[in-house]
Amino acid sequence: MAKFTAKPNELSKINLTPRRKEWMDTPVEIREHMYCHPAKIKDLQTVDFSHAREWKPADEDWKLPQNWEQIVLDGMQALLKKYRSFQVFMDICVRCGACADKCHFFIGTGDPKNMPVLRAELLRSVYRGNFTLAGKILKKINGARTLTPEVIKEWWYYFYQCTECRRCSVFCPYGIDQAEITMMGRELTNLLGLQIGWIAGPVAACYMKGNHLGLEPHTITSSVELFVDDIESITGIRVEPTFNRKGAEILFVTPSGDLFANPGTYTAMGYLMLFHELGLDYTWSTYASEGGNFGFFTTNEMAKRLNAKIYAEAKRLGVKWILGGECGHMWRVLHQYMDTWNGPADFLEVPRSPLTGTVFDNAKATRMVHIAEFTADLIRNGKLQLDPGRNDHLKVTFHDSCNTSRGMGMLEEPRYIIRNVCNHFYEMPEDTIREKTFCCGSGTGLNASENMELRMRGGFPRANAVKYVREKYGVNMLANICAIDRATLSASMDYWNPGVQVCGAHELVANALVMKGEKERTQDIRLEPLPGEEETENV
Amino acid sequence: MDLKGLLAAKKDAILRKWFDAVLESYPADTSNFLKTKKNRFANPVGYSLTKGLEALFDGLLQGVEIETLSPSLDSIVRIRAVQGMAPSKAMIFPFLLKNAIRGELEPELRGDRFSGEMTALESAIDALALHAFNIYMQCREKIYALQAEESQRLTYRLLQKAKMVCEVQGEDPGTGSSKDTKK
Ligand code: SF4
Ligand code: SF4
Repeated sequence: MAKFTAKPNELSKINLTPRRKEWMDTPVEIREHMYCHPAKIKDLQTVDFSHAREWKPADEDWKLPQNWEQIVLDGMQALLKKYRSFQVFMDICVRCGACADKCHFFIGTGDPKNMPVLRAELLRSVYRGNFTLAGKILKKINGARTLTPEVIKEWWYYFYQCTECRRCSVFCPYGIDQAEITMMGRELTNLLGLQIGWIAGPVAACYMKGNHLGLEPHTITSSVELFVDDIESITGIRVEPTFNRKGAEILFVTPSGDLFANPGTYTAMGYLMLFHELGLDYTWSTYASEGGNFGFFTTNEMAKRLNAKIYAEAKRLGVKWILGGECGHMWRVLHQYMDTWNGPADFLEVPRSPLTGTVFDNAKATRMVHIAEFTADLIRNGKLQLDPGRNDHLKVTFHDSCNTSRGMGMLEEPRYIIRNVCNHFYEMPEDTIREKTFCCGSGTGLNASENMELRMRGGFPRANAVKYVREKYGVNMLANICAIDRATLSASMDYWNPGVQVCGAHELVANALVMKGEKERTQDIRLEPLPGEEETENV
Repeated sequence: MDLKGLLAAKKDAILRKWFDAVLESYPADTSNFLKTKKNRFANPVGYSLTKGLEALFDGLLQGVEIETLSPSLDSIVRIRAVQGMAPSKAMIFPFLLKNAIRGELEPELRGDRFSGEMTALESAIDALALHAFNIYMQCREKIYALQAEESQRLTYRLLQKAKMVCEVQGEDPGTGSSKDTKK
């Protein structure tokens, strides 16, 4: 064997340290696997987004419109005028750094421009240079800079590395909301036609067909039929959902992803079983067939346009109130924007559970209730017969979705449900749940596959906390109440914690729900044998 | 004292040197954060590196089979495999231990006294690095596999409707496990 020389070796000569530079002087490097493909021209044109064209992020020339600078500055001016919060967020940051290390993208990528404070500076520097006197005079000394195509590239790259999760804002003494700053950044780049395909495709489909996947009515109903068949083979009961039924008491709206994407499909089966068992007078809509709203990741106006169908359909069908499925960003939109955009929904009643009589005063304005609130109320009032032992093969932990936890304060309801339908529930460490929850790493339309590497980095802080409960308690199921989480965490677990599966809370409800007249259950909702039934299954 | 004893006595200093060298692959602001933030959930990368490097060091010292160090290697490699570094940079970390040891034990290693033991140790580090490369490749392949698996998972019911995934014994994209998808 060759002897290793004892001399100071070659390795020490390799300089691994990147040169220290001010952030403004560090040019943006557009790296593959970190960004999503650009939007298709036809998708942008469908919804009248401007400057649709072929361009490639890796190319030097992004073919910006000729007067791009004016477009951006006019756009910024308009946003500053329209949103007081934007103006305030541009002015009041004291650069204390409290937010700096709270972003999952910074923690996972190690890229300083993913520190929320620096991400905001990307916009703020241009704001200073063009909209403040000090910035105009003092220029760089005041942290101001000139708008160049490089700056636009940097905006695009980093505003699509922020999931608008708002974790950083929890730690900011001034409550500066980086999510809103990112929204502004995306609005501005949108004006230049710099949209991503993973967002623009669903937006166009939703605009034309009512849902992100562009599914037509017969496809939706036949997919639900598949669920109905599966439910029958598991429980012996044939549930009978209705579609577009006028005069139903309740309109049910859920993200379309749960109709087609595993493991969300099992959650959708849970809804069907629960509603059947309750004898709920409800209907699905094949028009308002999308609870999610990818328009929210483009412009405020687009989000409003896509959202309009929910009230329109509720009005057309003449329902009393609306019940919504498990989702995250869908609820941020419904809870915080729908009323001002497309309300008042005075043609609806304040939601009241027909089973318990509970009036959901919290939904007085929007007239739309999150299913976790609805089910938690049922359980609290003893309206469900549950056998949590049917979930005994699962050791469950719960991931708070950013939007339901930080966006609407829904912390207890899902936990209450899970505790009642499972015997083995374990919380992740305190700083990683509830208001301080770590993002899945792929929200706001970043759940494409070409940026998988970015997603894995951004998902690491969450996955790391799951790893902890997995090692400590043997956790094998990560529950959540968000359709995007169900899709994105599945990939994240597969990479970081193989063997940990992902489910919605209502999948667990479905397993535990004892239905009137059901046959003895031998399978769970995934059609896998229940504990103790493996033998029979194999016969 | 033999080399083992020497290494054990200087363990903390060597580990610090090794850790610092590994962190040099990150920008200054970042390495500062990785170094100073101690909470394992607030700073999972720093934590995984610290714990992982220590476990590898202990394992090498005890002369355990390299394969048994897989979990510790994995906890480091899995992170570095998605951090956008060139493979050579991502995978340099085992070799940096050689520098750390030679730097820390410089006076003791002068002369031939420990050269036999040192050669053996450095061979073990090389073996560790080769094993790390295997894990690195698995991680990279997994990233590509995830892309394919995800698109199948996202449209599972559509595929099922189109009779593309039924009546076969195979991988169920919904559960990540192999099961009969026949209904
Ligand atoms: S915590 Fe708030 S004030 Fe402090 S740097 Fe971050 S955004 Fe600025
Ligand atoms: S909103 Fe979330 S993703 Fe965006 S900078 Fe803040 S912590 Fe990071």
